[in-house]
Amino acid sequence: MTKGFKWRGLLVLVCLVLSLVSLAPTLFRDSLPDWWSKAFDPIHLGLDLQGGMHLVLGVDVDKAVEGRLDSVVDQAENLLREKDVIFKRVDRQAGEQLAITVYDEAAGMQVDALMKENFPSLEPLTITAESGYIQKNYRLSTREVENIKDYAVRQALETLRNRVDQFGVSEPTLQRQGENRILIQLPGVKDPQRAIALLGKTARLEFKMVAEDVDPQQAVKGNLPSGTQLLYERRVDSQTGATTELPIVVQEKTVMTGDLLADAQVRIDTRFNEPYVAMDFNAIGAKRFDQITAANVGKRMAIVLDDTVYSAPVIRERISGGSAQISGSFSEQEATDLAIVLRAGSLPAPVNILEDRTVGPSLGRDSINQGLLSVTIGGLLVILAMTIYYRLSGIVATLALVLNIFFIMAILSLFKATLTLPGIAGIVLTIGMAVDANVLIFERIREELRLGKTVRAALDAGYSKALSSIVDSNVTTLIAALVLFQFGTGPVKGFAVTLSIGIVSSMFTAIFVSRLIFDYFLVHRQVKRLSI
Amino acid sequence: MQIIKPDVNFDFVGKTKAAVILSLVVILIGIGSLVFKGGPNYGIDFAGGTLVQIRFSEPTRAADIKDALKGLKSGDMVVQQIGEEANEFLIRVPETGGELEGLAQKITAALEQTYGAGKVDMRRVEMVGPQVGKDLREKGLLALLYALIGTLIYISWRFEFRFAVGAILALAHDVLVTLGAFSLFNKEIDLPIIAAFLAIIGYSLNDTIIIYDRIRENIGKYGKEGFAGVVNRSINETLARTILTSGTTLLVVVALFIFGGGVIHNFAFALLVGIIAGTYSTIFVASAFVIYWEKRRPGHMEAGLAKRSHG
Repeated sequence: MTKGFKWRGLLVLVCLVLSLVSLAPTLFRDSLPDWWSKAFDPIHLGLDLQGGMHLVLGVDVDKAVEGRLDSVVDQAENLLREKDVIFKRVDRQAGEQLAITVYDEAAGMQVDALMKENFPSLEPLTITAESGYIQKNYRLSTREVENIKDYAVRQALETLRNRVDQFGVSEPTLQRQGENRILIQLPGVKDPQRAIALLGKTARLEFKMVAEDVDPQQAVKGNLPSGTQLLYERRVDSQTGATTELPIVVQEKTVMTGDLLADAQVRIDTRFNEPYVAMDFNAIGAKRFDQITAANVGKRMAIVLDDTVYSAPVIRERISGGSAQISGSFSEQEATDLAIVLRAGSLPAPVNILEDRTVGPSLGRDSINQGLLSVTIGGLLVILAMTIYYRLSGIVATLALVLNIFFIMAILSLFKATLTLPGIAGIVLTIGMAVDANVLIFERIREELRLGKTVRAALDAGYSKALSSIVDSNVTTLIAALVLFQFGTGPVKGFAVTLSIGIVSSMFTAIFVSRLIFDYFLVHRQVKRLSI
Repeated sequence: MQIIKPDVNFDFVGKTKAAVILSLVVILIGIGSLVFKGGPNYGIDFAGGTLVQIRFSEPTRAADIKDALKGLKSGDMVVQQIGEEANEFLIRVPETGGELEGLAQKITAALEQTYGAGKVDMRRVEMVGPQVGKDLREKGLLALLYALIGTLIYISWRFEFRFAVGAILALAHDVLVTLGAFSLFNKEIDLPIIAAFLAIIGYSLNDTIIIYDRIRENIGKYGKEGFAGVVNRSINETLARTILTSGTTLLVVVALFIFGGGVIHNFAFALLVGIIAGTYSTIFVASAFVIYWEKRRPGHMEAGLAKRSHG
């Protein structure tokens, strides 16, 4: 079976050269020409090895649906008023519904017609009479609800991507996961706390008029007139840095939202040397702002971000320039981050953190070192055992083993797979298991030699008889590894990647390459005795 | 060099009864421990919770850390030292605090108040919400299940169904033993441990198949010795390989166990137990089972096995 020796040798040589070329950027990062390192990326390290942050955010899609219903309620109210329909109230109800209550049948018919014409996506439901009134219920169709949820997640992904881009992390990953989750990976992020604050902020900016006639102290006790809302104003003591929260009552109705912003920048107030965020509205926003300020001169307008009032200045005069500012004793970083989230836009629904895994760079370095140490020591021990037990043939197995590790790394780099700490464990385990193929072959060869066969015949028989065991045992392990890869997450996947690659590559080196070496000595060196 | 003489002939099959008792005792102790402790000791990946790894610039004690964190009013806080020097600790709490002001930050802040700013280095934070934990648990179990089904099909195809059942029984044995050891030694089951379990499954099967393969081959040659005789012969013939491969694999796993560092430590522990159990179960569970089956339904085997004797 020494046929095609040259071709087999060539194949191994090609694999070797290809591996060397692709691994060179990992091994000697700096001493290579530029085109080389560009063509073959160095092995990509997982977050657990290079440090960084892995976040899974859950988008509260139900809130997005509620938000949409709220705006439909608003629009329906305006519409009914416009058309002079007499109605008692319009309100949002549980189960993705809204209800319009009217006094008589005639108005009910009008409502039906108007709703059908203007809101085709709403499904009319059974009419329930409630102490003499007629209540018309409408429900968002299941499809519409799905659409809203889907859109909310896509929109959130887009917004988060904008924020991450402005935050300045190299090679971030943002991915939608399942229905309403978003996976964010930020390699090497320096300040995880800040990243979370930046990403998690809904950044819903609203302008609301302050309800001057309501006493906040009464409101805190629960005496809140309808149509108003109790919020808290954030005050920071510039000396001590302590934050206090003052109750403030505003009109529930939002006069304007942050959607109409064109830009937001950090500026420094020269009088107090304090940073503030200057906002510029787009054309529509500027016009709206102009109207609102003109109509409310002398009143206070609250600038509300995520239900916290940042400031509530008195409108001294009509503002037609289309700009406004948020001041509120920010630190410079707070102001910068606020400007970022305002520029990137608000999230369509609040998000919460479902999973957070953050590894500091120092731990990552330690993990790499410990991984390398265990690969080296484990490898050396195996090599020692094989050489003592099988002598020169053991060295052939060692060669196959070293080549195996080399190929695993090369394949990792060629396929741009990620090497993680469990991945290193996978390689270490492969080392232990890879020699199994050689052990099986060598034991067979010994058996055949004991039967008195020649070296050549014993080699042939040993390899061919061991083959079925090797293939069967490796395929079963491979099945387990592939299942892991398919269904596993995070660390499990990293382990499955190197284990799968390791199994395939070890079959190549332990069977094919080791045979090639034996054939070389048999044919070209005319070896008559086998050191095994 | 040879450890096992070529003409070695231990009576493995004759020791089946003792082996079954040993296996049962070990598994029952494990299950007893599991029951006593109210189920497997899930880590935060599966139970949800927050884990932080902190390095202090000076050595301290777990009790002092707990004192410093009293203000957080966390229910079951676990503080555990990593490594030899008492300056690196794992702190685990069952709460997740999904809101933005993360629990991890509160822990750091509280520790900095006691130990001084800059003396506390937050090396790792892991927070897994209960929903994600549940998902991961389900996914992990599914992965185990699919892996089992996949290998069952493959072995049934390559050998025979009862061999597949024997192999599955052997690896169930190995997983149970490892699970029991985890419970006995109070080790937490996390995502990497699922990977370890699957590696154990892979290894156990690997080992079992080597012997099955030899049984299949020997049935044609030595059928006259009777099925039990063939099995015993096959175990002996592959003994050198079994010991050498288990030995080299154990060598690297021990290297991982000692030098791999905190995250890998439990993973290596699982492999250590699993590989020893796997080697043992190949001989005493997987092989014993096919003999048992043969005794119940004799005469059936030769035709079935011969069909692919050179597959």
